Amino acid sequence: MHPLHTLIDAIWTPLVAPFVEFAFMRRALVATLALSLSAAPLGVLLTLRRMSLLGDALSHAVLPGVAIGFMVSGLSLTAMALGGALAGMFVAALAGLVTRFTALKEDASLAAVYLVALALGVMLISGHGTQLDLLHILFGSALGVDRQGLLLVAGVTTVSVLLLAALYRGLVLESFDPTFLNTQARNRSAPQAWRAGGWVWQQTFLMLVVINLVAGFQTLGTLMAVGLMMLPAVSARLWHETLGAQLLNASAQAMLAGAAGLLLSYHLDTPSGPTIIGCAGALYAGSLLVAPGGWRPRLWPQRHRVA
Amino acid sequence: MVNTAAPADAGVAIALDNLTVSYRSHPALHHISGQFAAGSLTAVVGPNGAGKSTLLKSLAGLLPLAGGSVKRALPHQRVAYLPQLSELDRSFPLDVRDCVLLGLWGSTGAWGRVTQPLLARVDTALQVVGLQGFERRTVGSLSSGQLQRVLFARLLVQDAELILLDEPFSAMDAKTTAGLLALVQQWHQQRRTVVAVLHDNAMVRTHFPQTLLLARERVAWGATADVLTEPHLARARAVAEAWDADAALCEVDTATAQRLYAHGV
Repeated sequence: MHPLHTLIDAIWTPLVAPFVEFAFMRRALVATLALSLSAAPLGVLLTLRRMSLLGDALSHAVLPGVAIGFMVSGLSLTAMALGGALAGMFVAALAGLVTRFTALKEDASLAAVYLVALALGVMLISGHGTQLDLLHILFGSALGVDRQGLLLVAGVTTVSVLLLAALYRGLVLESFDPTFLNTQARNRSAPQAWRAGGWVWQQTFLMLVVINLVAGFQTLGTLMAVGLMMLPAVSARLWHETLGAQLLNASAQAMLAGAAGLLLSYHLDTPSGPTIIGCAGALYAGSLLVAPGGWRPRLWPQRHRVA
Repeated sequence: MVNTAAPADAGVAIALDNLTVSYRSHPALHHISGQFAAGSLTAVVGPNGAGKSTLLKSLAGLLPLAGGSVKRALPHQRVAYLPQLSELDRSFPLDVRDCVLLGLWGSTGAWGRVTQPLLARVDTALQVVGLQGFERRTVGSLSSGQLQRVLFARLLVQDAELILLDEPFSAMDAKTTAGLLALVQQWHQQRRTVVAVLHDNAMVRTHFPQTLLLARERVAWGATADVLTEPHLARARAVAEAWDADAALCEVDTATAQRLYAHGV
């Protein structure tokens, strides 16, 4: 055989052929890429607010909603997604209210609320389903994404990316200097509310996090969805000093991890969600070694400038 | 919360009436009444725990009041508040220019366009605080003194009429302090109302015409020379450190307090 053919074959067969041959692989790929586009930038904003663990907490909080959706209409994606989103938003809003009107800080109030929600979710599921259902909900399966699931992910991504663009300035200001935002306009007329109280920004942002986690739950599982949100985000922060670059880098790393993870899980016959997150973890480890904010300056000391 | 209905007297920027703010029912500020005249330059002094920062936060409308009222002639957009330095996240990936641009929030909001004249205002502000050439540096790469100058630039851009500064010169070197102090003087000449929490009595004596001496209660308020006297300072020291976990409930009603302060300094 011609050597060029051998080369093309070596690339084509393991990397492209699975997507060409199987529709479920294509759907899984599109879902993961779309999710990377919106979830990873949200993760960067979460790290900036020192709320890196919030995604984790919220992913547990959606559980009772998913369970109720499951109880009402079986393994119906729409019902479970709707239930999950409602439960997550309820928990985020309740925690927000507690923070706003008591002495508790955000992380404390959220911890209290999500733990109760998680307990409720586990109770509901074990009372009304089998172990297998629980595993399916917790860990998902990218290879089972159907047309409906794809539409959900695409819809969530579209809404998230558009809203992130529209709210960017306020979100940055609210993360960087909430006190400053709070001293500014606090009039009661509706258009002014957006300039005012940081909590409006905060709550909208948390809602975005919730719907992205819900969108991820079929592809990756409720628990693994957080991985695609946070790992690329944390890793991207090691690379750049500007927010724009960090956001792009996070998305790119999430996409790379998604594609690589799907291929690996196909060839090695491993569950797709954890494999994708494993790939994101590998990228994170690599970034730790070579990114400017990681260990590189220690491993390869650079010469300093005169000023 | 802060009442933005204008105080009765037009020459008054803020009127405090029996302002009381407490943390878990222990007052950090206790029945403070008085007025900040429009265009006045006032130093707020007092020992640690005297309620100075609490006063500034209540003036900015950031704290719920336990009693009394703060009447302010200006809406929130015209008020600038500079908290103590430690409250900002230094690792935030934001450059100096963007940080100063955030000062325009009051006029642009979340979606308003940043026009050329507004950008020019940012450049001028950075020049005034001596940070031209720092536009693209990240806030994390600055020293605390430089960051404080960035925040002063943001205050300039805000173009506020009431400026509240909480220990603006702590950890500044002499040159930076002199530069920022000159800015404060300039604001005073422009008839803006400035209230600053300070610890350096010598600086207060030379640069601040008005002084409010706090020790949870109002010890003295007026011309600096009349306020910073040894008897007043001694009284402030004695009051501030007294702390009683089981203190009795305050029975001073509004009318009594008003009568008391009508005769105060």
